[in-house]
Amino acid sequence: MNFRRFFLISVPYVWLLILFLIPFGIVLKISLSDTALAIPPYTPTLDLAGGWTSIKEFFSQLDFENFAFLTTDDLYWKSYLSSLKIAFLATFLCLLVGFPIAYGMANAPDEWRPTLMMLVILPFWTSFLIRVYAWMGILSQEGLLNQFLIWLGVIGEPLTILNTNVAVYIGIVYTYCPFMILPIYSTLEKLDGSLLEAGEDLGCSRTTAFWLITVPLSKSGIIAGCFLVFIPALGEFVIPTLLGGSGTLMIGKVLFEEFFSNRDWPVASAVAIVLLLILIIPIVLYQRNEQKMMEAEQ
Amino acid sequence: MRRLTWFNTTSLTLGFAFLYLPMVILIIYSFNESRLVTVWGGFSTKWYGELMKNEAFLDAAVVTLKVAFASSIAATVLGTMAAYVLVRGGRFFGRTLFSGMIYAPLVMPEVITGLSLLLLFISIGLDRGIITIVLAHTTFSMCYVSVVVSSRLVSFDRSVEEAALDLGCTPFDAFRSVTLPIIAPAVISGWLLALTLSLDDLVISSFVAGPSSTTLPIKIFSSVRLGVSPEINALSTILIGLVTIGTISASLASKRAVKKRQQEEQMAEQAA
Repeated sequence: MNFRRFFLISVPYVWLLILFLIPFGIVLKISLSDTALAIPPYTPTLDLAGGWTSIKEFFSQLDFENFAFLTTDDLYWKSYLSSLKIAFLATFLCLLVGFPIAYGMANAPDEWRPTLMMLVILPFWTSFLIRVYAWMGILSQEGLLNQFLIWLGVIGEPLTILNTNVAVYIGIVYTYCPFMILPIYSTLEKLDGSLLEAGEDLGCSRTTAFWLITVPLSKSGIIAGCFLVFIPALGEFVIPTLLGGSGTLMIGKVLFEEFFSNRDWPVASAVAIVLLLILIIPIVLYQRNEQKMMEAEQ
Repeated sequence: MRRLTWFNTTSLTLGFAFLYLPMVILIIYSFNESRLVTVWGGFSTKWYGELMKNEAFLDAAVVTLKVAFASSIAATVLGTMAAYVLVRGGRFFGRTLFSGMIYAPLVMPEVITGLSLLLLFISIGLDRGIITIVLAHTTFSMCYVSVVVSSRLVSFDRSVEEAALDLGCTPFDAFRSVTLPIIAPAVISGWLLALTLSLDDLVISSFVAGPSSTTLPIKIFSSVRLGVSPEINALSTILIGLVTIGTISASLASKRAVKKRQQEEQMAEQAA
Protein backbone atom coordinates (compact mmCIF):
# COMPACT_ATOMS: atom_id res chain seq x y z
CA MET A 1 0.00 0.00 0.00
CA ASN A 2 2.68 2.45 1.06
CA PHE A 3 4.96 1.29 -1.68
CA ARG A 4 2.17 1.87 -4.21
CA ARG A 5 1.55 5.36 -2.95
CA PHE A 6 5.25 6.11 -3.08
CA PHE A 7 5.42 4.77 -6.66
CA LEU A 8 2.36 6.76 -7.75
CA ILE A 9 3.76 10.00 -6.38
CA SER A 10 7.39 9.56 -7.31
CA VAL A 11 7.07 8.63 -11.00
CA PRO A 12 5.43 11.87 -12.23
CA TYR A 13 7.34 13.84 -9.59
CA VAL A 14 10.77 12.64 -10.67
CA TRP A 15 9.82 13.03 -14.34
CA LEU A 16 8.94 16.70 -13.84
CA LEU A 17 11.99 17.33 -11.66
CA ILE A 18 14.31 16.00 -14.34
CA LEU A 19 12.56 17.41 -17.42
CA PHE A 20 11.13 20.64 -16.05
CA LEU A 21 12.92 21.93 -12.96
CA ILE A 22 16.52 20.86 -13.64
CA PRO A 23 16.45 22.34 -17.18
CA PHE A 24 15.58 25.69 -15.60
CA GLY A 25 18.53 25.36 -13.27
CA ILE A 26 20.70 24.77 -16.33
CA VAL A 27 19.32 27.86 -18.10
CA LEU A 28 20.00 29.93 -14.98
CA LYS A 29 23.51 28.51 -14.66
CA ILE A 30 24.38 29.19 -18.31
CA SER A 31 22.93 32.71 -18.13
CA LEU A 32 25.54 33.40 -15.44
CA SER A 33 28.38 31.80 -17.42
CA ASP A 34 30.85 33.51 -19.71
CA THR A 35 30.47 33.44 -23.49
CA ALA A 36 33.28 31.54 -25.21
CA LEU A 37 34.23 30.40 -28.67
CA ALA A 38 34.08 26.71 -27.91
CA ILE A 39 31.81 23.68 -28.04
CA PRO A 40 29.60 24.12 -26.05
CA PRO A 41 29.99 27.88 -26.50
CA TYR A 42 30.33 28.96 -22.87
CA THR A 43 32.67 28.56 -19.90
CA PRO A 44 30.82 27.51 -16.80
CA THR A 45 31.56 29.63 -13.78
CA LEU A 46 29.93 27.10 -11.47
CA ASP A 47 31.59 23.70 -11.11
CA LEU A 48 29.67 21.53 -8.65
CA ALA A 49 32.32 18.82 -8.81
CA GLY A 50 34.74 21.20 -7.10
CA GLY A 51 32.64 21.12 -3.93
CA TRP A 52 32.13 23.93 -1.46
CA THR A 53 35.15 26.03 -2.46
CA SER A 54 34.03 26.28 -6.08
CA ILE A 55 30.51 27.29 -5.00
CA LYS A 56 32.03 30.04 -2.85
CA GLU A 57 34.22 31.09 -5.76
CA PHE A 58 31.15 31.15 -8.02
CA PHE A 59 29.34 33.57 -5.72
CA SER A 60 32.37 35.81 -5.32
CA GLN A 61 32.77 36.05 -9.10
CA LEU A 62 29.08 36.46 -9.86
CA ASP A 63 28.91 39.42 -12.23
CA PHE A 64 25.60 39.16 -14.16
CA GLU A 65 27.54 40.34 -17.21
CA ASN A 66 25.05 38.78 -19.65
CA PHE A 67 22.22 40.62 -17.97
CA ALA A 68 24.24 43.83 -18.04
CA PHE A 69 24.82 43.18 -21.75
CA LEU A 70 21.03 43.09 -22.28
CA THR A 71 20.77 46.65 -20.98
CA THR A 72 23.65 48.02 -23.08
CA ASP A 73 22.54 46.68 -26.45
CA ASP A 74 19.50 48.53 -27.84
CA LEU A 75 18.15 45.42 -29.54
CA TYR A 76 17.13 43.69 -26.30
CA TRP A 77 15.29 46.31 -24.34
CA LYS A 78 13.65 47.51 -27.54
CA SER A 79 12.47 43.96 -28.22
CA TYR A 80 11.08 43.59 -24.71
CA LEU A 81 9.24 46.91 -24.99
CA SER A 82 7.95 46.17 -28.47
CA SER A 83 6.80 42.66 -27.42
CA LEU A 84 4.94 44.19 -24.48
CA LYS A 85 3.36 46.80 -26.75
CA ILE A 86 2.33 44.28 -29.39
CA ALA A 87 0.97 41.87 -26.77
CA PHE A 88 -1.01 44.63 -25.01
CA LEU A 89 -2.54 46.04 -28.18
CA ALA A 90 -3.26 42.60 -29.65
CA THR A 91 -5.00 41.59 -26.40
CA PHE A 92 -7.17 44.70 -26.58
CA LEU A 93 -8.04 44.03 -30.24
CA CYS A 94 -8.84 40.42 -29.34
CA LEU A 95 -11.25 41.68 -26.69
CA LEU A 96 -12.92 43.97 -29.26
CA VAL A 97 -13.34 41.07 -31.66
CA GLY A 98 -14.02 38.33 -29.12
CA PHE A 99 -16.56 40.00 -26.83
CA PRO A 100 -19.28 40.53 -29.48
CA ILE A 101 -18.86 36.93 -30.64
CA ALA A 102 -19.13 35.61 -27.07
CA TYR A 103 -22.13 37.91 -26.46
CA GLY A 104 -23.84 36.73 -29.63
CA MET A 105 -23.22 33.11 -28.66
CA ALA A 106 -24.60 33.58 -25.15
CA ASN A 107 -27.76 35.17 -26.55
CA ALA A 108 -28.28 32.66 -29.34
CA PRO A 109 -31.17 30.17 -29.11
CA ASP A 110 -30.37 27.19 -26.86
CA GLU A 111 -30.37 24.65 -29.66
CA TRP A 112 -27.68 26.56 -31.59
CA ARG A 113 -25.26 26.90 -28.75
CA PRO A 114 -23.55 23.47 -28.81
CA THR A 115 -22.86 23.96 -32.54
CA LEU A 116 -21.54 27.51 -32.07
CA MET A 117 -19.39 26.25 -29.21
CA MET A 118 -17.93 23.56 -31.44
CA LEU A 119 -17.27 26.09 -34.19
CA VAL A 120 -15.16 28.12 -31.74
CA ILE A 121 -13.31 25.06 -30.44
CA LEU A 122 -12.60 23.54 -33.86
CA PRO A 123 -9.76 26.00 -34.69
CA PHE A 124 -8.09 24.95 -31.41
CA TRP A 125 -7.59 21.49 -32.83
CA THR A 126 -6.41 22.78 -36.19
CA SER A 127 -2.69 23.33 -36.53
CA PHE A 128 -1.57 26.73 -35.27
CA LEU A 129 1.03 26.89 -38.04
CA ILE A 130 -1.59 26.34 -40.75
CA ARG A 131 -3.82 29.06 -39.33
CA VAL A 132 -0.93 31.52 -39.44
CA TYR A 133 0.09 30.33 -42.91
CA ALA A 134 -3.45 30.90 -44.23
CA TRP A 135 -2.94 34.65 -43.75
CA MET A 136 0.28 34.75 -45.77
CA GLY A 137 -1.61 34.25 -49.03
CA ILE A 138 -4.32 36.73 -48.05
CA LEU A 139 -2.12 39.60 -46.89
CA SER A 140 0.62 39.57 -49.54
CA GLN A 141 1.01 42.38 -52.12
CA GLU A 142 -0.88 40.51 -54.80
CA GLY A 143 -2.97 38.69 -52.18
CA LEU A 144 -6.73 38.38 -51.97
CA LEU A 145 -7.24 41.26 -49.53
CA ASN A 146 -5.46 43.70 -51.84
CA GLN A 147 -7.29 42.32 -54.89
CA PHE A 148 -10.59 42.74 -53.06
CA LEU A 149 -9.84 46.30 -51.90
CA ILE A 150 -8.73 47.35 -55.39
CA TRP A 151 -11.86 45.76 -56.87
CA LEU A 152 -13.95 47.73 -54.37
CA GLY A 153 -12.10 50.85 -55.44
CA VAL A 154 -11.03 51.68 -51.88
CA ILE A 155 -7.37 51.73 -52.83
CA GLY A 156 -5.59 52.24 -56.14
CA GLU A 157 -2.22 50.72 -55.26
CA PRO A 158 -1.79 47.45 -53.36
CA LEU A 159 -0.93 47.97 -49.68
CA THR A 160 2.06 46.38 -48.02
CA ILE A 161 0.56 44.44 -45.13
CA LEU A 162 2.52 41.19 -45.01
CA ASN A 163 5.87 41.55 -43.22
CA THR A 164 4.68 44.51 -41.15
CA ASN A 165 3.44 44.81 -37.58
CA VAL A 166 -0.15 45.09 -38.86
CA ALA A 167 0.09 41.52 -40.13
CA VAL A 168 1.44 40.44 -36.72
CA TYR A 169 -1.59 41.99 -34.99
CA ILE A 170 -3.97 40.27 -37.42
CA GLY A 171 -2.17 36.95 -36.86
CA ILE A 172 -2.29 37.18 -33.06
CA VAL A 173 -5.95 38.27 -32.98
CA TYR A 174 -6.90 35.47 -35.38
CA THR A 175 -5.07 32.62 -33.64
CA TYR A 176 -5.72 33.62 -30.02
CA CYS A 177 -9.30 34.86 -30.41
CA PRO A 178 -10.87 31.54 -29.22
CA PHE A 179 -8.95 31.91 -25.93
CA MET A 180 -10.75 35.23 -25.44
CA ILE A 181 -14.20 34.01 -26.55
CA LEU A 182 -14.49 30.90 -24.38
CA PRO A 183 -13.98 32.35 -20.87
CA ILE A 184 -16.17 35.39 -21.68
CA TYR A 185 -18.87 33.13 -23.10
CA SER A 186 -18.84 30.95 -19.99
CA THR A 187 -19.45 33.97 -17.71
CA LEU A 188 -22.06 35.53 -20.02
CA GLU A 189 -23.91 32.23 -20.28
CA LYS A 190 -24.40 32.10 -16.51
CA LEU A 191 -25.65 35.69 -16.41
CA ASP A 192 -29.14 35.93 -14.96
CA GLY A 193 -31.37 37.57 -17.60
CA SER A 194 -33.81 38.81 -14.98
CA LEU A 195 -31.15 41.25 -13.74
CA LEU A 196 -31.21 42.96 -17.13
CA GLU A 197 -35.02 43.02 -17.11
CA ALA A 198 -34.95 44.54 -13.65
CA GLY A 199 -32.49 47.15 -14.86
CA GLU A 200 -34.69 48.03 -17.81
CA ASP A 201 -37.80 48.14 -15.59
CA LEU A 202 -35.98 50.58 -13.35
CA GLY A 203 -35.43 52.91 -16.28
CA CYS A 204 -32.06 51.87 -17.73
CA SER A 205 -31.71 51.98 -21.48
CA ARG A 206 -30.42 48.79 -23.11
CA THR A 207 -26.97 50.34 -23.49
CA THR A 208 -26.78 51.56 -19.91
CA ALA A 209 -27.94 48.14 -18.68
CA PHE A 210 -25.19 46.56 -20.75
CA TRP A 211 -22.46 48.75 -19.21
CA LEU A 212 -23.85 48.66 -15.67
CA ILE A 213 -24.87 44.98 -15.47
CA THR A 214 -23.48 42.77 -18.23
CA VAL A 215 -19.92 44.11 -18.31
CA PRO A 216 -19.28 44.10 -14.52
CA LEU A 217 -20.76 40.59 -14.20
CA SER A 218 -18.57 39.22 -16.99
CA LYS A 219 -15.45 40.91 -15.60
CA SER A 220 -13.78 37.70 -14.43
CA GLY A 221 -14.23 36.13 -17.86
CA ILE A 222 -12.82 39.21 -19.56
CA ILE A 223 -9.79 39.22 -17.27
CA ALA A 224 -9.18 35.49 -17.78
CA GLY A 225 -9.47 35.87 -21.54
CA CYS A 226 -7.06 38.83 -21.60
CA PHE A 227 -4.38 36.93 -19.70
CA LEU A 228 -4.88 33.82 -21.84
CA VAL A 229 -4.09 35.96 -24.89
CA PHE A 230 -1.44 38.23 -23.38
CA ILE A 231 0.77 35.56 -21.79
CA PRO A 232 1.40 33.42 -24.90
CA ALA A 233 1.42 36.46 -27.23
CA LEU A 234 4.35 37.99 -25.34
CA GLY A 235 6.69 35.09 -26.09
CA GLU A 236 5.30 34.42 -29.57
CA PHE A 237 7.80 33.20 -32.16
CA VAL A 238 5.90 31.77 -35.16
CA ILE A 239 3.68 34.79 -35.91
CA PRO A 240 6.43 37.48 -35.96
CA THR A 241 8.66 35.16 -38.00
CA LEU A 242 6.09 34.36 -40.69
CA LEU A 243 3.92 37.48 -40.80
CA GLY A 244 6.24 40.12 -39.37
CA GLY A 245 9.05 41.86 -41.18
CA SER A 246 12.65 42.67 -40.37
CA GLY A 247 11.37 45.64 -38.37
CA THR A 248 9.18 43.47 -36.14
CA LEU A 249 10.98 43.07 -32.85
CA MET A 250 9.62 40.36 -30.61
CA ILE A 251 11.58 38.75 -27.85
CA GLY A 252 10.70 35.14 -28.74
CA LYS A 253 12.21 35.67 -32.18
CA VAL A 254 15.30 37.38 -30.74
CA LEU A 255 15.86 34.50 -28.33
CA PHE A 256 15.56 31.93 -31.11
CA GLU A 257 18.00 33.80 -33.35
CA GLU A 258 20.44 34.49 -30.52
CA PHE A 259 20.59 30.79 -29.82
CA PHE A 260 20.64 29.31 -33.31
CA SER A 261 22.17 32.02 -35.53
CA ASN A 262 24.57 33.73 -33.14
CA ARG A 263 25.14 30.63 -31.01
CA ASP A 264 25.35 32.86 -27.98
CA TRP A 265 23.96 30.52 -25.33
CA PRO A 266 24.65 32.66 -22.25
CA VAL A 267 22.88 35.71 -23.71
CA ALA A 268 19.96 33.58 -25.01
CA SER A 269 19.60 32.12 -21.50
CA ALA A 270 19.68 35.58 -19.94
CA VAL A 271 16.98 36.71 -22.42
CA ALA A 272 14.85 33.73 -21.32
CA ILE A 273 15.30 34.47 -17.60
CA VAL A 274 14.29 38.13 -18.03
CA LEU A 275 11.24 37.12 -20.12
CA LEU A 276 10.18 34.77 -17.30
CA LEU A 277 10.61 37.52 -14.71
CA ILE A 278 8.36 39.79 -16.81
CA LEU A 279 5.76 37.03 -17.15
CA ILE A 280 5.58 36.28 -13.41
CA ILE A 281 3.38 39.36 -12.80
CA PRO A 282 0.61 38.51 -15.32
CA ILE A 283 0.75 34.82 -14.36
CA VAL A 284 0.25 35.58 -10.65
CA LEU A 285 -2.59 38.01 -11.46
CA TYR A 286 -4.21 35.41 -13.73
CA GLN A 287 -4.09 32.76 -11.03
CA ARG A 288 -5.56 35.11 -8.46
CA ASN A 289 -8.45 35.80 -10.86
CA GLU A 290 -8.99 32.05 -11.38
CA GLN A 291 -9.12 31.50 -7.61
CA LYS A 292 -11.67 34.28 -7.24
CA MET A 293 -13.80 32.69 -9.98
CA MET A 294 -13.62 29.31 -8.23
CA GLU A 295 -14.62 30.84 -4.89
CA ALA A 296 -17.51 32.70 -6.54
CA GLU A 297 -18.81 29.45 -7.96
CA GLN A 298 -18.83 27.65 -4.62
CA MET B 1 -34.16 36.89 -22.61
CA ARG B 2 -32.53 34.79 -25.35
CA ARG B 3 -33.17 36.66 -28.51
CA LEU B 4 -31.34 37.12 -31.76
CA THR B 5 -31.18 40.84 -32.22
CA TRP B 6 -29.62 42.30 -35.35
CA PHE B 7 -26.52 43.08 -33.29
CA ASN B 8 -26.07 39.46 -32.22
CA THR B 9 -26.70 38.13 -35.70
CA THR B 10 -24.17 40.51 -37.23
CA SER B 11 -21.50 39.85 -34.65
CA LEU B 12 -21.92 36.08 -35.00
CA THR B 13 -21.85 36.23 -38.80
CA LEU B 14 -18.84 38.54 -38.98
CA GLY B 15 -17.07 36.70 -36.16
CA PHE B 16 -17.38 33.26 -37.68
CA ALA B 17 -16.57 34.63 -41.12
CA PHE B 18 -13.33 35.98 -39.64
CA LEU B 19 -12.56 32.62 -37.98
CA TYR B 20 -13.34 30.46 -41.00
CA LEU B 21 -12.81 32.51 -44.18
CA PRO B 22 -8.98 32.27 -44.17
CA MET B 23 -9.17 28.48 -43.92
CA VAL B 24 -11.87 28.25 -46.60
CA ILE B 25 -9.71 30.36 -48.95
CA LEU B 26 -6.72 28.13 -48.20
CA ILE B 27 -8.75 25.03 -49.06
CA ILE B 28 -10.14 26.54 -52.29
CA TYR B 29 -6.69 27.58 -53.48
CA SER B 30 -5.28 24.10 -52.85
CA PHE B 31 -7.33 23.06 -55.92
CA ASN B 32 -5.81 25.81 -58.02
CA GLU B 33 -4.20 24.80 -61.32
CA SER B 34 -1.76 27.72 -61.31
CA ARG B 35 1.53 27.69 -59.39
CA LEU B 36 0.92 31.34 -58.55
CA VAL B 37 -1.01 30.97 -55.36
CA THR B 38 -3.05 34.15 -55.65
CA VAL B 39 -4.18 33.79 -59.26
CA TRP B 40 -6.99 31.36 -60.02
CA GLY B 41 -6.01 29.14 -62.95
CA GLY B 42 -8.83 26.61 -62.97
CA PHE B 43 -9.69 23.52 -60.90
CA SER B 44 -7.05 20.85 -60.48
CA THR B 45 -5.95 18.24 -57.97
CA LYS B 46 -2.42 18.09 -59.27
CA TRP B 47 -0.82 19.54 -56.12
CA TYR B 48 -2.14 16.57 -54.12
CA GLY B 49 -0.35 14.31 -56.58
CA GLU B 50 2.85 16.35 -56.26
CA LEU B 51 2.55 16.13 -52.49
CA MET B 52 2.28 12.33 -52.54
CA LYS B 53 5.50 12.20 -54.56
CA ASN B 54 7.34 14.42 -52.12
CA GLU B 55 9.24 11.97 -49.93
CA ALA B 56 10.57 14.59 -47.52
CA PHE B 57 7.01 15.40 -46.43
CA LEU B 58 6.04 11.75 -46.15
CA ASP B 59 9.12 10.97 -44.02
CA ALA B 60 8.36 13.95 -41.80
CA ALA B 61 4.74 12.77 -41.45
CA VAL B 62 5.93 9.33 -40.31
CA VAL B 63 8.26 10.87 -37.70
CA THR B 64 5.43 13.13 -36.48
CA LEU B 65 3.00 10.23 -36.09
CA LYS B 66 5.55 8.10 -34.22
CA VAL B 67 6.34 10.96 -31.85
CA ALA B 68 2.66 11.82 -31.35
CA PHE B 69 1.60 8.26 -30.49
CA ALA B 70 4.50 7.55 -28.15
CA SER B 71 4.36 10.90 -26.36
CA SER B 72 0.56 11.06 -26.05
CA ILE B 73 0.35 7.59 -24.49
CA ALA B 74 3.19 8.33 -22.05
CA ALA B 75 1.65 11.73 -21.26
CA THR B 76 -1.77 10.16 -20.60
CA VAL B 77 -0.33 7.62 -18.13
CA LEU B 78 1.87 10.15 -16.35
CA GLY B 79 -0.77 12.89 -16.43
CA THR B 80 -3.46 10.61 -14.99
CA MET B 81 -1.08 9.52 -12.23
CA ALA B 82 -0.23 13.15 -11.49
CA ALA B 83 -3.93 14.12 -11.40
CA TYR B 84 -4.70 11.24 -9.01
CA VAL B 85 -1.81 12.28 -6.76
CA LEU B 86 -2.93 15.93 -6.76
CA VAL B 87 -6.60 15.20 -6.01
CA ARG B 88 -6.44 12.02 -3.88
CA GLY B 89 -2.84 11.92 -2.75
CA GLY B 90 -3.29 13.82 0.52
CA ARG B 91 -0.27 15.55 1.98
CA PHE B 92 3.24 14.59 1.04
CA PHE B 93 6.64 16.21 1.04
CA GLY B 94 6.93 18.86 -1.69
CA ARG B 95 3.26 18.89 -2.71
CA THR B 96 3.30 22.63 -3.49
CA LEU B 97 6.33 22.20 -5.72
CA PHE B 98 4.61 19.30 -7.46
CA SER B 99 1.44 21.24 -8.24
CA GLY B 100 3.57 24.19 -9.32
CA MET B 101 5.44 21.98 -11.77
CA ILE B 102 2.11 20.73 -13.15
CA TYR B 103 0.69 24.20 -13.77
CA ALA B 104 3.83 26.11 -14.78
CA PRO B 105 4.36 24.46 -18.20
CA LEU B 106 0.83 25.53 -19.22
CA VAL B 107 1.80 29.21 -19.12
CA MET B 108 5.47 28.88 -20.02
CA PRO B 109 6.50 30.48 -23.35
CA GLU B 110 7.42 27.69 -25.75
CA VAL B 111 10.79 29.24 -26.58
CA ILE B 112 11.84 28.94 -22.94
CA THR B 113 10.64 25.34 -22.56
CA GLY B 114 12.42 24.42 -25.77
CA LEU B 115 15.64 26.17 -24.83
CA SER B 116 15.79 24.66 -21.36
CA LEU B 117 15.12 21.11 -22.58
CA LEU B 118 17.74 21.43 -25.31
CA LEU B 119 20.32 22.62 -22.79
CA LEU B 120 19.43 19.64 -20.57
CA PHE B 121 19.82 17.14 -23.41
CA ILE B 122 23.15 18.64 -24.40
CA SER B 123 24.50 18.65 -20.87
CA ILE B 124 23.64 14.99 -20.26
CA GLY B 125 24.97 14.08 -23.71
CA LEU B 126 21.73 12.70 -25.14
CA ASP B 127 21.78 12.79 -28.95
CA ARG B 128 18.97 14.79 -30.47
CA GLY B 129 16.41 12.70 -32.34
CA ILE B 130 13.01 11.09 -31.98
CA ILE B 131 13.70 10.18 -28.34
CA THR B 132 14.37 13.76 -27.27
CA ILE B 133 11.23 15.02 -29.07
CA VAL B 134 9.14 12.33 -27.35
CA LEU B 135 10.58 13.26 -23.94
CA ALA B 136 9.88 16.96 -24.53
CA HIS B 137 6.34 16.42 -25.81
CA THR B 138 5.50 14.02 -23.00
CA THR B 139 6.60 16.59 -20.43
CA PHE B 140 4.37 19.45 -21.54
CA SER B 141 1.43 17.27 -22.63
CA MET B 142 1.25 15.40 -19.30
CA CYS B 143 0.49 18.71 -17.59
CA TYR B 144 -2.50 19.34 -19.89
CA VAL B 145 -3.72 15.75 -19.36
CA SER B 146 -3.44 16.11 -15.61
CA VAL B 147 -5.45 19.36 -15.60
CA VAL B 148 -8.24 17.75 -17.68
CA VAL B 149 -8.31 14.56 -15.58
CA SER B 150 -8.09 16.30 -12.21
CA SER B 151 -11.09 18.51 -13.00
CA ARG B 152 -13.09 15.29 -13.52
CA LEU B 153 -11.66 13.69 -10.36
CA VAL B 154 -12.61 16.72 -8.27
CA SER B 155 -16.21 16.72 -9.49
CA PHE B 156 -17.13 13.09 -8.97
CA ASP B 157 -18.74 11.59 -5.91
CA ARG B 158 -16.06 10.02 -3.74
CA SER B 159 -18.52 7.88 -1.79
CA VAL B 160 -18.71 5.43 -4.72
CA GLU B 161 -14.99 4.80 -4.34
CA GLU B 162 -15.33 4.46 -0.59
CA ALA B 163 -18.19 2.00 -1.02
CA ALA B 164 -15.97 -0.20 -3.19
CA LEU B 165 -13.26 -0.10 -0.52
CA ASP B 166 -15.79 -0.96 2.21
CA LEU B 167 -17.00 -3.91 0.16
CA GLY B 168 -13.51 -5.36 0.20
CA CYS B 169 -11.80 -4.01 -2.90
CA THR B 170 -8.11 -3.30 -2.67
CA PRO B 171 -7.30 0.35 -3.54
CA PHE B 172 -5.96 -0.81 -6.89
CA ASP B 173 -9.13 -2.83 -7.69
CA ALA B 174 -11.27 0.13 -6.62
CA PHE B 175 -9.29 2.38 -8.95
CA ARG B 176 -9.55 -0.07 -11.85
CA SER B 177 -13.20 -1.01 -11.57
CA VAL B 178 -14.75 2.18 -10.14
CA THR B 179 -12.58 5.26 -10.59
CA LEU B 180 -11.15 4.53 -14.01
CA PRO B 181 -14.51 3.94 -15.77
CA ILE B 182 -15.83 7.19 -14.28
CA ILE B 183 -12.86 9.31 -15.31
CA ALA B 184 -12.44 7.49 -18.66
CA PRO B 185 -14.03 10.26 -20.78
CA ALA B 186 -11.61 12.79 -19.28
CA VAL B 187 -8.67 10.43 -19.79
CA ILE B 188 -9.65 9.98 -23.44
CA SER B 189 -10.06 13.69 -24.05
CA GLY B 190 -6.74 14.26 -22.29
CA TRP B 191 -5.14 11.75 -24.63
CA LEU B 192 -6.68 13.44 -27.69
CA LEU B 193 -5.41 16.78 -26.43
CA ALA B 194 -1.91 15.37 -25.93
CA LEU B 195 -2.02 13.85 -29.41
CA THR B 196 -3.03 17.15 -31.03
CA LEU B 197 -0.49 19.16 -29.04
CA SER B 198 2.25 16.83 -30.19
CA LEU B 199 1.13 16.77 -33.85
CA ASP B 200 1.00 20.55 -33.77
CA ASP B 201 4.14 21.50 -31.92
CA LEU B 202 6.71 23.48 -33.85
CA VAL B 203 8.73 25.62 -31.46
CA ILE B 204 9.75 23.03 -28.86
CA SER B 205 10.42 20.44 -31.58
CA SER B 206 12.65 22.91 -33.45
CA PHE B 207 14.86 23.14 -30.37
CA VAL B 208 15.10 19.45 -29.50
CA ALA B 209 14.95 17.78 -32.95
CA GLY B 210 18.08 16.51 -34.62
CA PRO B 211 18.88 16.70 -38.33
CA SER B 212 17.53 13.18 -38.95
CA SER B 213 14.26 13.69 -37.09
CA THR B 214 12.40 16.48 -38.88
CA THR B 215 8.73 16.58 -37.91
CA LEU B 216 5.97 17.73 -40.25
CA PRO B 217 5.51 21.18 -38.61
CA ILE B 218 9.28 21.81 -38.84
CA LYS B 219 9.22 20.81 -42.50
CA ILE B 220 6.18 22.98 -43.23
CA PHE B 221 7.69 25.92 -41.36
CA SER B 222 10.98 25.80 -43.22
CA SER B 223 9.29 25.70 -46.63
CA VAL B 224 6.67 28.32 -45.67
CA ARG B 225 9.39 30.78 -44.63
CA LEU B 226 10.28 31.00 -48.32
CA GLY B 227 6.70 31.92 -49.27
CA VAL B 228 3.31 30.45 -50.05
CA SER B 229 3.21 27.28 -52.15
CA PRO B 230 0.29 25.28 -53.55
CA GLU B 231 1.71 22.02 -52.17
CA ILE B 232 1.55 23.39 -48.62
CA ASN B 233 -2.04 24.46 -49.33
CA ALA B 234 -2.84 20.86 -50.33
CA LEU B 235 -1.11 19.48 -47.25
CA SER B 236 -2.95 21.98 -45.02
CA THR B 237 -6.27 20.99 -46.58
CA ILE B 238 -5.63 17.32 -45.80
CA LEU B 239 -4.72 18.16 -42.19
CA ILE B 240 -7.74 20.45 -41.73
CA GLY B 241 -9.96 17.70 -43.16
CA LEU B 242 -8.59 15.09 -40.75
CA VAL B 243 -9.02 17.39 -37.75
CA THR B 244 -12.58 18.29 -38.75
CA ILE B 245 -13.62 14.64 -39.17
CA GLY B 246 -11.93 13.75 -35.88
CA THR B 247 -13.52 16.58 -33.89
CA ILE B 248 -17.00 16.05 -35.27
CA SER B 249 -16.98 12.30 -34.71
CA ALA B 250 -15.58 12.72 -31.19
CA SER B 251 -18.32 15.18 -30.31
CA LEU B 252 -21.02 12.94 -31.82
CA ALA B 253 -19.66 9.99 -29.83
CA SER B 254 -19.68 11.94 -26.60
CA LYS B 255 -23.21 13.18 -27.30
CA ARG B 256 -24.34 9.58 -27.79
CA ALA B 257 -22.62 8.55 -24.55
CA VAL B 258 -24.41 11.32 -22.63
CA LYS B 259 -27.76 10.30 -24.11
CA LYS B 260 -27.17 6.66 -23.24
CA ARG B 261 -26.27 7.54 -19.67
CA GLN B 262 -29.37 9.69 -19.32
CA GLN B 263 -31.52 6.81 -20.57
CA GLU B 264 -29.86 4.42 -18.13
CA GLU B 265 -30.37 6.84 -15.27
CA GLN B 266 -34.05 7.22 -16.17
CA MET B 267 -34.48 3.45 -16.32
CA ALA B 268 -32.76 3.08 -12.95
CA GLU B 269 -35.07 5.70 -11.46
CA GLN B 270 -38.15 4.02 -12.90
CA ALA B 271 -37.00 0.65 -11.56
CA ALA B 272 -36.55 2.18 -8.13
